[in-house]
Amino acid sequence: MDFFLQLLVNGVCVGLLYGISAMGFVMIFKSSSVLNFAHGELLALGAFFFLALITWAKLPVLIAFILTLVGCFILGFLIERFFLRPLIGEKLIFVIMLTVGLAAMFKGLILLIWGGNLHTYPDFLPEAMALKLGSIYIAPVYSATLVISVLFLVLFGLFFKKSSQGIYMRSVADNQKAALSLGVHVRRVFALSWAIAALVASMSGIVLGIINGVNVHDLSSIGLKVFPVVILGGLDSIGGAIIGGIIIGLLETFTGGYISPSLRDVVPYIVLVFILLVKPYGLFGLVEIERV
Amino acid sequence: MGEILLQINNISVVYSDVIRVLKGVSLSVEKGHIVSLLGSNGAGKTTTLKAVSSLLKPENGEVTDGEIIFQGKNIQNQAPEHITRQGIIQVLEGRQPFKYLTIEENLRVGTATRAGKPYKQDLEMVYNYFPALVARRKSLAGYCSGGELQMLVIGRALMAHPQLLMLDEPSLGLAPLVVKEIFQIIKKINEDQGATIILVEQNANMALQVAHYGYVMENGKIMMEGTAKELSDNPDVKEFYLGMAASGIAKSYKDVKSYKRRKRWL
Amino acid sequence: MRKFSFHPCGNYREDYAQELTIFDTDYGRVCVGLFLVLLFFVIPLTVSPYMLYILNTIGIAAIAAIGLNILIGYTGLISLGHGAFFGVGAYAAAILATRVGLDFYLAIPAAGVITALVGMIIGIPSGRLKGLYLTIATLAGQFIIEYVLIHWDSMTQGTMGITIPPAKIMQWEIAGDKSFFFLIFFCLVLMTWFAVNVMRSKYGRAFIAIRDNDRAAEGMGIPIFKYKLLSFAMSSFYAGFAGALWAYYMVSVTAEPFNLSLSVEFIAMVIIGGMGNIPGAIFGATFITLLNELLRYITGFLMNIGVVTSSGLNMAPLREFVFGLSIVLFILLEPRGIAELWRIIRSNFRLWPFSY
Repeated sequence: MDFFLQLLVNGVCVGLLYGISAMGFVMIFKSSSVLNFAHGELLALGAFFFLALITWAKLPVLIAFILTLVGCFILGFLIERFFLRPLIGEKLIFVIMLTVGLAAMFKGLILLIWGGNLHTYPDFLPEAMALKLGSIYIAPVYSATLVISVLFLVLFGLFFKKSSQGIYMRSVADNQKAALSLGVHVRRVFALSWAIAALVASMSGIVLGIINGVNVHDLSSIGLKVFPVVILGGLDSIGGAIIGGIIIGLLETFTGGYISPSLRDVVPYIVLVFILLVKPYGLFGLVEIERV
Repeated sequence: MGEILLQINNISVVYSDVIRVLKGVSLSVEKGHIVSLLGSNGAGKTTTLKAVSSLLKPENGEVTDGEIIFQGKNIQNQAPEHITRQGIIQVLEGRQPFKYLTIEENLRVGTATRAGKPYKQDLEMVYNYFPALVARRKSLAGYCSGGELQMLVIGRALMAHPQLLMLDEPSLGLAPLVVKEIFQIIKKINEDQGATIILVEQNANMALQVAHYGYVMENGKIMMEGTAKELSDNPDVKEFYLGMAASGIAKSYKDVKSYKRRKRWL
Repeated sequence: MRKFSFHPCGNYREDYAQELTIFDTDYGRVCVGLFLVLLFFVIPLTVSPYMLYILNTIGIAAIAAIGLNILIGYTGLISLGHGAFFGVGAYAAAILATRVGLDFYLAIPAAGVITALVGMIIGIPSGRLKGLYLTIATLAGQFIIEYVLIHWDSMTQGTMGITIPPAKIMQWEIAGDKSFFFLIFFCLVLMTWFAVNVMRSKYGRAFIAIRDNDRAAEGMGIPIFKYKLLSFAMSSFYAGFAGALWAYYMVSVTAEPFNLSLSVEFIAMVIIGGMGNIPGAIFGATFITLLNELLRYITGFLMNIGVVTSSGLNMAPLREFVFGLSIVLFILLEPRGIAELWRIIRSNFRLWPFSY
């Protein structure tokens, strides 16, 4: 029973992270219909930025964290400006392959600078953050994850619900033409959604790096795990992404814990295929109305 | 004649580099007036509006010839963001609300041209014009009725403090009583705010009642222009757009000669 | 004897059959004929074994890329599982050769057929899914196949891999780069010929109709699900065939190469070569393979002259980076690929010195 609860907590934490990184992915997809295959590399870039700042530049953790987020925000903005903007209106496959190309470039860059080995962050989370609920022990990383994830969720909820910019972003996702007619700066919204997605990705990258260690291959494969997550939740639903993330996180930890660790990474995709066969637009996705 | 706000000189619009929709349209809009643009389907009314608001680009259209002058400045083929920031707001045909945003959030999108400025007062103003929206401010626009949505999109455009408001078929698919209400509000907006309005309409009768001046379009050209009174007294307009025979009684299909006359007229 | 046509000075086509011809002129026919003579009688006898090895790799990749081009370029279905299909073909050939004892000339086509069946299973979601959702479903297919290849120990011998007996016809053994060159390029010419001709048949037209608008195609009476499955089957047959050739050429098969990046590499070949263009796939395969070899050469060269020490730097990162960069540049600068560049160059020559 303890083992079960332990897995449950870990699963929810990892799932929340998946959900949050999927949220950035969904944001890009909703505003500009771009399927971002470089998402995992954005995660990895964030984690490595942070690594460089705290080990090479020896900055305090909090400052390094904030600097990383700001840096990735700018990076996302630049990516949209220089690589995706010329492709607005092009065929789907070109946009997909462009992000695949970007993914390869980023991965190559990280490998050139840091190599393919496993790095670890110095231990900076105080043991006091660990929680004990009865007989289950929640490691400091996981409780920090919970806090950060909930904080981000609340912040994003407020941003999208209350702030003007958030409402403009949602309006573009909803009806691009009408937004254009009212003077919403649509290209700025595209850029902003990339910037926010990169910021969120770097945050999840750092936390996943604390949990599993920092390794390019592991982190970038998490970018692909975003796919089952968003399909579960529907490609265009931000709330669905969070729920999808938690489901996939639980599924993974339970398969890893009870069945076999090697099956762990495939299970999300098997579930994904079944869901797609039964509900082609995901569990929470909108059915597109098509006309010839 | 008063001050000219918008002047369109002999513009041509081409879609996808091949389909020429506007073939030399010229019109001018006086400041503070309601100008209505009449014509059958496919005459080029909506395209004219989109040429002004620069919303042709997403549809692969382009102004290839002529010039559009707004407040003395040339504005053709600028980015839509720039056009709207100069105070030209188009209300799209078919209402186009943001379905997954609430009524109030929809209205707030209207502030995009002057982001960051206070908007509470403007919300009050819109709710004053359209009291029907107050009760629904928290509900999703996707669940509102057609009349409410039409009020919503006009209100949304008002939030931008437009100098020039272009309404594309506000009566589309609405009950006659609601149409009447909306036209009264349009007139009121024009009087209170001094906003210049271009009104594209199929419902010529209604449009000519509120407008000061009117243009009739056919096949991408302006066929006729005049004050609202002149137009509504014109026998051809009466027959083809107001559904009246020349004598003022409802038109009869026995009147076969009308086809010939229409042909000559075109 | 009929008149030898060099180049028409206008469009003289009078019926649809003429519209469908592969060669407009006898000139093109002669060029291709000369090229084939050069390919089979001059190249293998003159170039070095290393060049032959590169050419063979290009040939195998080209067969797989043609298959993927049928799916992506002609039918408009984006598949991220082509690398896995390639692997299925390789394993199928290896297992057929070792367990069943089939000869290679039976094992290779049989491997293609098995892969085609697997491809059809992966293609089933295409009946209900479109665009991005289908792409993600094929991505799932890629991971699931990869998992099966590694973990189905009793069949695939897991990470140990399978060693394949040499290919033999009667007593004559096909081994070494030169004899494989003939085998591979004979297959490539055959497969290209087949693909070019299928694409101008009823089936090819149905594929194109589905790509351009599948709902409209359905309205015209094309059973789209059937044709989508057919497209998946054809494409994975090509992948499996190429995989089987690869398995024989490499002698032993392990699961590592058949990962997502191989799939991505195949898509890159199709895009860089030119979508919806059969020769384009060959160009793309040539470009990517040469790029790989060039980068290997450059890193080797840099290490030799001591600019970088071999520790810490291997070829992979640089390769990865340049690979990504070339995809990005091609998409941004010439999205229709090398085939389009080739067309432009040719028409420049044809019209030279007057560009109109």
